[in-house]
Amino acid sequence: MDIRHDASVHEPATAPNRPWPEESLARVPYWVYQDPDNYTREQRRIFEGATWNFVCLETDVPAKGDYRTNQVGGLPVIVVRDADGSINCFENRCAHRGALIAFDDGGNVQNNFKCIYHAWSYDLAGNLRGIAYERGINGAGGMPRDFERGTHSPRKLRTATLCGLVFATLSPDTPPIEDYLGTEILGRLRRVLNRPIRIMGRFTQPLPNNWKLYVENVKDTYHASLLHLFFATFRITRLTQAGGVLVSPDGGHHASYTIGSEDAPGAAAYREKDLRSERDDYKLADPSMLDPVDEFGDRIQLQMLTIFPSVVLQQVHNCLAVRQVVPRGTDGMELRWTYFGFADDTPEMNKRRLKQQNLVGPAGLVSMEDGCVGGFVQRGIAEAGDRISVVEMGGNTAESQATRATETAVRGFWQAYRRHMGY
Amino acid sequence: MDVARLVELNAAYARTIDNEQFEQWPELFTDPCLYKVTTAENVAKGYEAGIIYADSRAMLQDRVSALRKANIYERQRYRHVVGLPVVLGHDGAAATVETPFLIVRIMGDGTMALFATGCYRDRVAADGAGTLKFAERIVVCDGARFDTLVAIPL
Repeated sequence: MDIRHDASVHEPATAPNRPWPEESLARVPYWVYQDPDNYTREQRRIFEGATWNFVCLETDVPAKGDYRTNQVGGLPVIVVRDADGSINCFENRCAHRGALIAFDDGGNVQNNFKCIYHAWSYDLAGNLRGIAYERGINGAGGMPRDFERGTHSPRKLRTATLCGLVFATLSPDTPPIEDYLGTEILGRLRRVLNRPIRIMGRFTQPLPNNWKLYVENVKDTYHASLLHLFFATFRITRLTQAGGVLVSPDGGHHASYTIGSEDAPGAAAYREKDLRSERDDYKLADPSMLDPVDEFGDRIQLQMLTIFPSVVLQQVHNCLAVRQVVPRGTDGMELRWTYFGFADDTPEMNKRRLKQQNLVGPAGLVSMEDGCVGGFVQRGIAEAGDRISVVEMGGNTAESQATRATETAVRGFWQAYRRHMGY
Repeated sequence: MDVARLVELNAAYARTIDNEQFEQWPELFTDPCLYKVTTAENVAKGYEAGIIYADSRAMLQDRVSALRKANIYERQRYRHVVGLPVVLGHDGAAATVETPFLIVRIMGDGTMALFATGCYRDRVAADGAGTLKFAERIVVCDGARFDTLVAIPL
């Protein structure tokens, strides 16, 4: 397959400033995390291109006029529930002087948004409806008679809702979200988001690295037991755990999973050996945060799912979260965490989730290292823009694999990235 | 509740963390207890989650064991500046107390940055020996941003 060819990208295929060094998916140049022109190109070709970008949860905007603000890459957007129940998304930029139309995280506006600067107003679909003093004052001033409001609305994005997640796209060519994800990843998404959710908390984690380093980290199943030592230190890891990585046909989306070990061959022997080697000072004093229940009925204990380009759905036992990756320049990003449970959780399940939320997040006992490791790469490659990294565990292709000792989903990301970017 | 004793308890709390005597940190809590790190926005919206959530002294000990033995992060320490406690009430079992704080993070290379500000929302009770302990310490951060990672308790 020629990964450089993509008829769906509208943007004129201006030549990139720097060449991609090799054809192999297993090599990535470091300038891709540093180059300002590349960063601009990502905004045009990925975030504003034929991709679905997570913009909010359906539960954020339950009633008419409820809105959230967010960013699609760097593009500020408003997501709002319309009178007919549909969800609209449009650029959060007044058609007049470019000020933010809405500056809060969210709220309710009833029937229209009004820019605070000069009170231009917009309906819930983002159409410019009102201009203050449009006919002037006492016959003087005002807008020219031939000014057409209709041609001056902010850019509108198409929206799609899936399992309570709301996505938006600027491109007319983005396929329906179900086709975009493919059946396997769709199944993994529906597995977790199978009924109404309730938000449990929100946190923002600024990270000192390019956004792609974080997305790669989530897709990288190879590092988990090597960088994150919590489970190993406290003798919680079971080597016999089965798992694997699913990669969507276009490479961009993935779901990795770990299956509980009760019935795995050799598990009992491992446990016995483990018990003999256990030392009291390396045991958890209160193991109550590791009292998971198999709430999805399939013994999958961990599932990490990414939707290209920038959203993660996490199931770590009973700790569930959506993580949005927001680029902030070539060497910075924000990770926006939304922890959630289900509307029908019992008090016991709620408590279980609260305790398991210790495992993941900015202070996550299992994975806090993910917060700093991207910055270590960003600093490490400071003067290595013309060098390349090696992403070759499990080969140099990007198909689904029944092992976690692989970087197949990382290569899948680069397959999709290069296609969108024209590299 | 004697404010001078609350000031002393808060000073001991700050000193324990800032001097990296983490093993003594759980001793400042009753058992069971509640220690949670969250944000003003989550509290306002009634969202219960914390980035750290512990309801026993043993869970606090586990957090310390993890940061000593398991977690990997760049060398850093905190400097707490803790304001004056305000006693909001007393229900016989414990006093409800609020205390503002400011935490500077000092990285291994000497970089100092304002890491968190907020308010401790506490329930403080005397143990059998009359020593004041935190039955609850909800760390309500003013902002929702936690830079890079939070290894050391706030």
